[in-house]
Amino acid sequence: MSAPRFSEARLQEIERLARRYPGRRSLLLPVLHMAQEDFGHVGEDVQRMVAEVVGVPLMWVKEVVTFYTMFRERPCGKRLIEFCTNASCMVNGAYELLDYTCKKLGIRPGETTEDGLFTVKEVECLGACAGAPVVQVDHGSYKEHADRAWVDQLIEETRREAEEEQGR
Amino acid sequence: MIPKDPTQVRQITLARARIPNMRRLDVAREHGAWRVFERVLADHVPPETIVDEVKASGLRGRGGAGFPTGLKWSFVPKDSGKPTYLMCNADEGEPGTFKDRDIMRFDPHLLLEGIAIASWALGVHDAYIYIRGEFVDEARVLQQAIDEAYQAGWLGENIRGSGFDLHITVHRGAGAYICGEETALIESVEGKPGRPRFKPPFPAVEGFYRCPTVVNNVETLATIPVIIERGGAWHAEIGRPNNTGCKIFSVSGCVKRPGNYELPLGVSLRELIEEHAGGVRVGTKPKVVIPGGSSAPWLTEEHYEIPLTFDDLAKAGSMLGSGAVIVLDESVDLVRVAWRLAKFYAHESCGQCTPCREGTGWLARILGRIVEGRGTREDLKVLEDAAAHMAGRTICALADGAAAPVLSLVRLFPELVHQRIVGKAA
Ligand SMILES: Cc1cc2nc3c(=O)[nH]c(=O)nc-3n(C[C@H](O)[C@H](O)[C@H](O)COP(=O)(O)O)c2cc1C
Ligand code: SF4
Ligand code: FES
Repeated sequence: MSAPRFSEARLQEIERLARRYPGRRSLLLPVLHMAQEDFGHVGEDVQRMVAEVVGVPLMWVKEVVTFYTMFRERPCGKRLIEFCTNASCMVNGAYELLDYTCKKLGIRPGETTEDGLFTVKEVECLGACAGAPVVQVDHGSYKEHADRAWVDQLIEETRREAEEEQGR
Repeated sequence: MIPKDPTQVRQITLARARIPNMRRLDVAREHGAWRVFERVLADHVPPETIVDEVKASGLRGRGGAGFPTGLKWSFVPKDSGKPTYLMCNADEGEPGTFKDRDIMRFDPHLLLEGIAIASWALGVHDAYIYIRGEFVDEARVLQQAIDEAYQAGWLGENIRGSGFDLHITVHRGAGAYICGEETALIESVEGKPGRPRFKPPFPAVEGFYRCPTVVNNVETLATIPVIIERGGAWHAEIGRPNNTGCKIFSVSGCVKRPGNYELPLGVSLRELIEEHAGGVRVGTKPKVVIPGGSSAPWLTEEHYEIPLTFDDLAKAGSMLGSGAVIVLDESVDLVRVAWRLAKFYAHESCGQCTPCREGTGWLARILGRIVEGRGTREDLKVLEDAAAHMAGRTICALADGAAAPVLSLVRLFPELVHQRIVGKAA
């Protein structure tokens, strides 16, 4: 596989952003977010590219990737389902919902299903506790007041999507 | 929108939040957005006047520590010869807290205008909004509002011919609670892991790239426009002496109507829970209330009438913190809650101080054993010792926050912990 590369548009976006910071190192988090969006995860090869684009040693990139939980060095499932289980969600059934989901998928929190479709994780307070239990899918919009019916539907839809993609 | 008579004021930062499409500049303008900044620029209001009004308002930081905002601003040296930066703290990671999110998603222009006025007062030309990485939708709403503000000439170079330049940049975090701590936040925007710095020097003197940097919470900055519009004295009449203004209380847990309630400081815990949040689901009174986010020591029934102010909560041995109010009723297993919070702090410790790195791990492991019914008497002793020795010996306050739930549990409900241990032996 050839080395990953940002698109021209991305590189321009990065250089525009660079003007907003007193030092280029500040680009690390924003550029890593872009990289994860473009390449799905930030493995060693992507980290190398980020180091080059930002103009910092690879070690600095590694340090940041490992410190911040949202960056992943390995691919996750097609759907990343993150359950908040912190206090307010916990007293509103978060663990029961997490258990239900894991049993249904035959995995434990932190694992990915064998078919590569689902990764389930337990996360810390998502800052939306009035909507407990709160779930975030693929680092996207929150699902507030999540319940079993919603989980069932998410799983079903994802499987159907995957089948359609395979059929094509 | 906001009454002229301060005694009538119930809401400030969420006053416009329910108006449909408030996030759009045209709608926001109809409801007064950017008008105060417009006047500041047109009249060339001296920066000192703004700092003085903020001082007179009595506003104390809404991010957790309750530090007087005007005083913090006055620490910025006038002659450093370096640029000054403003960081808006939108990390909102303290468990139980979800207020800044509503300001940002419902009334982003209020926050932007607050940042703009603060920047004018502090001579800032580059301000950053550090928003937690998980707030993807909120970051998008902010960016759209910023784009619109640039297009309309409220941001950028030589704003409205005033000669004043201001850029606002949204900087996304990536899942690290510790980055809400102001110096960790600065490290993070510098592109490093979020490890808090030793203080002093304080950020106002030496912060972002060693330049003077003011870090303020979203709710704090969103209060600035009305203070400048109506005057500091007006704001100082809301709430209680030394605890002025309104505060958003994020109420969650075992209440019938969880949500954000913005009310004058000094409202009683009972009124907040019963009249606004609909009361507890099981029983008549909460068993435990964690005010101020998960790092705050727990309150019980005896504090049900306490006025919610920084000073009253401190007197009661707890803190107002971020204004989060986690309500736990009789149905809740408190030992399990303490364990869950201990697990949180163990996960979020940045690891640079030994008492915190080791202590948070111990607390989580021991409480885990107790929850599973495998705890021993020794465990209980270690638990209390570890918690008691963590606080006050570290670079930042995370360790104190980690100790608080554990100490609350063992001191307020020793029998619950004993039962779990004895239960195993029997
Ligand atoms: C561990 C830790 C986490 C914090 N998290 C936040 C946060 O998420 N948001 C916030 O505004 N302040 C947070 N703070 C407080 C900040 O350090 C700082 O006091 C605050 O942003 C200052 O703004 P203010 O004066 O407007 O309140 C945290 C502090 C600590 C010790
Ligand atoms: S107290 Fe904990 S989180 Fe704070 S600096 Fe020390 S190790 Fe890091
Ligand atoms: S506890 Fe789950 S969102 Fe806050």
